Amino acid sequence: MKHPLLPLGITIGLFVAMAAFGGVRYQGFLSLQVFLNLLIDNAFLCVVAVGMTFVILSGGIDLSVGAVIALTTMISAALLQAGWNAWAVMLAVLAIGAAFGALQGFLIQRFGLAPFIVTLAGMFLARGCCYLISTESIPITDATYTAIAQARIPAGLDASLTVGAAIAIVIVLAGMRIAHATEFGRTVYAIGGGESAARLMGLPVAATRVRVYLLSGFTAALAGIVMTFYMLSGYSLHAVGLELDAIAAVVIGGTLLAGGVGYVAGTLFGVLILGIIQTLIAFDGTLSSWWTRIVVGVLLLLFCLLQRLFEARSRRTA
Amino acid sequence: MKRLAQHALFWPSATLALLLLVNGVLNPSFLAISWRDGHLFGNLIDILNRAAPLMIVSLGMTLVIAIRGLDISVGAVVAIAAAVAALLVGGGFSADGAVASRYPLWFALGAALMVAMICGLWNGLLVVKAGMQPIVATLILMVAGRGVAQLLTGGQIITVYYPPYYVLGSGFLLGLPVALWIAALLWLVLQLLATRTGLGLFIRAIGGNPEAARVAGVRAADIALCVYTFCGLAAGVAGLIISSNVKSADANSAGQLLELDAILAVVLGGTALTGGRFSLAGTVLGALIIQTLTATIYSLGVPPEVNLVVKAVLVFAVMLLQSAEFRALVLRTVRARAGAA
Repeated sequence: MKHPLLPLGITIGLFVAMAAFGGVRYQGFLSLQVFLNLLIDNAFLCVVAVGMTFVILSGGIDLSVGAVIALTTMISAALLQAGWNAWAVMLAVLAIGAAFGALQGFLIQRFGLAPFIVTLAGMFLARGCCYLISTESIPITDATYTAIAQARIPAGLDASLTVGAAIAIVIVLAGMRIAHATEFGRTVYAIGGGESAARLMGLPVAATRVRVYLLSGFTAALAGIVMTFYMLSGYSLHAVGLELDAIAAVVIGGTLLAGGVGYVAGTLFGVLILGIIQTLIAFDGTLSSWWTRIVVGVLLLLFCLLQRLFEARSRRTA
Repeated sequence: MKRLAQHALFWPSATLALLLLVNGVLNPSFLAISWRDGHLFGNLIDILNRAAPLMIVSLGMTLVIAIRGLDISVGAVVAIAAAVAALLVGGGFSADGAVASRYPLWFALGAALMVAMICGLWNGLLVVKAGMQPIVATLILMVAGRGVAQLLTGGQIITVYYPPYYVLGSGFLLGLPVALWIAALLWLVLQLLATRTGLGLFIRAIGGNPEAARVAGVRAADIALCVYTFCGLAAGVAGLIISSNVKSADANSAGQLLELDAILAVVLGGTALTGGRFSLAGTVLGALIIQTLTATIYSLGVPPEVNLVVKAVLVFAVMLLQSAEFRALVLRTVRARAGAA
């Protein structure tokens, strides 16, 4: 690929174009709060998509994240109901999410299983565990959780952010740093680029692969916490199909599904594009919600075709 | 005995037999079959009827997986086919008081199946011509397809008021469910194609080594297109049966998670996810295992929520058994124990 930043540029350009379109068409669209709301309403998607970016960069896939988010909300709600301390609950669910991801990573690495099928079984398992806890929605009334849910961080111009959105921003920044300035990040890119080459270079392929899924499980649990702030309830049907949205955000963000090429910053814009599609449809008011799915599908198609085009061209110039 | 255990269908058959045995012991009436209202009646018949759509989808999925592909859009295609059929059949009372469909039934069914085949062909084109990874290519239709189905139905559940349409999903022929006949016919045709023509060999060749197959003169691209199109068609047939069974089309929930059950059925039946080795009969057994498992969970009075956990454990177990590394590890452990003793 001649310009490695080109796909990222296209993604950002698309986002700007959609924002401009909304600004011209609908009154009140171009306000800071509308844009911050993109982040507020999609904070959990943003957090989980950062973890997914690493998985896809390494050439794998994680289908269990939506179910892990639901399980996190369920465990949080159940533990809070049992009278646990709020901070202890958060630590516990983060540890459970990371352990769940690490276990999947271990199965994939140690026994050479397909990531797709392992995380699929993980998805069944996590959703099933949700139902075991309760089939009903459990409300959260804990004082710390409600205080965090209602807290607003002023962002200037009368606009504000939620704690969840702030967490999302921190995770994106941390993700960028991990991807580009650590040994772990470079190893992830190397595995995605070519596993045997990475192994021959003496990189810790096995440990890194397990850690990639651990990271994905951790971000899924963190996204689950952000979702409990947003919803103030635990429910086994939270985040159904969210793994698809996360994968779509990563792909639209310019990361190659074959692995090895992509940016965490691109994923942020992928999430924002998914968000702005929903906002545009909401502002329009006449389009039904299922148009979101169709538009996301079309965007996925365009970006995948674009990726193929880039790959074909880079092969010719190589 | 040893040769029996090595037969490809041994493990799926044994699993199914064990499940039925457990049911029979815990609840002897489970296995009872009687003749009622002019057809066979009983839990087993119910399982066969309910497993039929899954069998049909899984047969299509078997061929796709055999050529190293994957189709995760089958659930969405089920929803689309069901929506098209329900809209075209519609139904209601005409002026003279007789029930009538909006369009002739053959036209509605044909159109629904045609749309389903186009969906499959679309997947095939993305994989073969555009060179996308199968999981990504079919992800696009999985995301957009349900949106399209909702667009067709306007987000409503479309009810069908035309009894002839109900035959597919709840009718009986010669005492057995019509849906089962359809599944059996499809299996028979595929089995004949796979064993009596070169198709089975070609599919194994493509799955074993796509490049070698192409060099050897197998028209890999054409066969892959046909396989994906067939998978779409199979999903369409299942969509018709499912919507006929519930007498309506629900774009939001029809075929939800069906792709996962289908992949599970294929894997349980002994088809390798790495391609090249497939068993159509195994897949049929796999679908029956899944449906029997569901029925068992209901009949044992265990909360149905456990179903997902049981399925997950099953997938983990089958997956590990299929892994060469895992078998080697077990073998080493057993030998080490034997050596120490």
